[in-house]
Amino acid sequence: MGTDSGTLKKINLNVPVTLDDLKAIEIGNVVYLNGVVYTAREGVYQRVIEDGWKLPDDFASISNANFHCSPAAVRDADGSYRVGAMTGTASFRFSKWLARWFEVSGARIIIGKGGMTFDDYKKYFVPVGAIYLTTVGYGTGALLGRGIKKVRDVRWYDELGIAQAMWMIEVENFGPFIADSDLAGNSLFERENAKIKGNIDKLYEGTKPPALHRYGETDDRSEELI
Amino acid sequence: MISQGTIKETALKLMEKAAIEIPDDYLSGLKKAAAAEDGDLSSFVLHAMLENYEAAKEDRRAMCADTGVPRWYVKMANEARIDGGPIALEASLRGATAESTNGVPLRPNRVHPLWRTDHNNNCGIGAPEIEYSFEPDGEWIDLTTVHKGGLFGTDYRMLFPGDGIAGIKRFYLDSLIAFGKRGLACQPAIIGVGLGGSKDISMVLGKQAACLRTVDDRNPDPKIAALEIELKDLGNSIGMGAMGFVGKSMVIDCHIEVGYCHTGGMPMSVHAFCLSSRRAVARIHGDGRVQYRTDPAWFTPYMRRETVTWEPTAEPSRKSI
Ligand code: SF4
Repeated sequence: MGTDSGTLKKINLNVPVTLDDLKAIEIGNVVYLNGVVYTAREGVYQRVIEDGWKLPDDFASISNANFHCSPAAVRDADGSYRVGAMTGTASFRFSKWLARWFEVSGARIIIGKGGMTFDDYKKYFVPVGAIYLTTVGYGTGALLGRGIKKVRDVRWYDELGIAQAMWMIEVENFGPFIADSDLAGNSLFERENAKIKGNIDKLYEGTKPPALHRYGETDDRSEELI
Repeated sequence: MISQGTIKETALKLMEKAAIEIPDDYLSGLKKAAAAEDGDLSSFVLHAMLENYEAAKEDRRAMCADTGVPRWYVKMANEARIDGGPIALEASLRGATAESTNGVPLRPNRVHPLWRTDHNNNCGIGAPEIEYSFEPDGEWIDLTTVHKGGLFGTDYRMLFPGDGIAGIKRFYLDSLIAFGKRGLACQPAIIGVGLGGSKDISMVLGKQAACLRTVDDRNPDPKIAALEIELKDLGNSIGMGAMGFVGKSMVIDCHIEVGYCHTGGMPMSVHAFCLSSRRAVARIHGDGRVQYRTDPAWFTPYMRRETVTWEPTAEPSRKSI
């Protein structure tokens, strides 16, 4: 099942994941998940970490995989939920909450769009033994939608709305994702950026910056625009 | 007289089509890119996307859960008459946007910028945007919906004539690389470049160039057409592919639209229409017939006219569709 991973190594993980499961993951692996995955982003982070809202008991034994996303979903009149597609949202902006989030939630997999910085991996992920999986594309919403077996619970729907509520979903063959980080804190995105850099430098050779600069792009307040 | 019933029904169908069916021109562009891509990671991403489009169509589910910001483009032929006038038309388009949010379903994406109020229907102040243009002959209206994604991938800069073509290329590269790293722009994309106009129009032209022209369509000015191809090739020579991985598929096509600007300046905008390049179009004829298509045919000779008045030419002003 799933997209032909070509030369890339493909791994299936059961959630909640164990440390041993994660040891097998190398950056650039294609990963599919089975079990329970939940969404949590700024709305949940703020309420749980800053306002003290309570997570379910034994939360990490239900799931330790946190997806940065909001589903294309709707609550029907009978109270049931329909989920169409799922697509990750950019994770870099959630970094300030992560240290505390790992602590209170026991999360060991963060899923989202675009990875986080090398520094975030070193500071927050490596100490607790967590990894980052990036969604693919990033528009593979329909493929991820297919991996959803059912919505198990939706917490704080009325308080936070569809986009920010915590969706707990049962998944099967949920993917594809690509491992951006491993337990050592290596980053696939940063490795790829480094590979491309030389060519970019060559492309820019001899080009000139525009006549008018932009104030505020550096912290030097004595700068002028011309 | 075009009835509101027909408009609403057509608009609902367009919302669904845009969200679910990738337009053929983008699809074949992406297939070509996938065939040429040799970076293993980039190539995996492109194949996953191709599979995603199939899954969306088979299951009738949105191709991407990020709805982007659904908006409408209305082109009215000069003799078109709409039941209830433009006020009723706007109510139908807003109504269709709200209903299909719950119907398809689409993720409600629109919130108040400060209070984050969410009506859960993708409608609010100024949302969905509705833009208009007109055509000399006919009794039809064309409705186009675009669900453009991307908090990233768009930028604006005031350049000056002295910055020249070299300055245009440099800012183009800046934008592509800035948003291409980690694939924030969800490339490969249709890149739209707006040149000239005033600041606001430069942004509008760039967005319309990205969203309302099909892959392989060329600007009628042969020199601009050549620049489009040059910029496309330049983007694909960065060495970056899907998700910012090593590769060569960054730009599926590049479209440039121009508008006359202040004699001292050369404003420029760059827009990326992402891997979920969602657009759907229908023409509603005066007699109630509805024809669906994916080419908005937005930029017509009439739209690009340079003369004070419009002189009907031997050629029809709209391109044949
Ligand atoms: S930029 Fe496009 S493909 Fe990417 S998440 Fe947004 S809508 Fe989806």
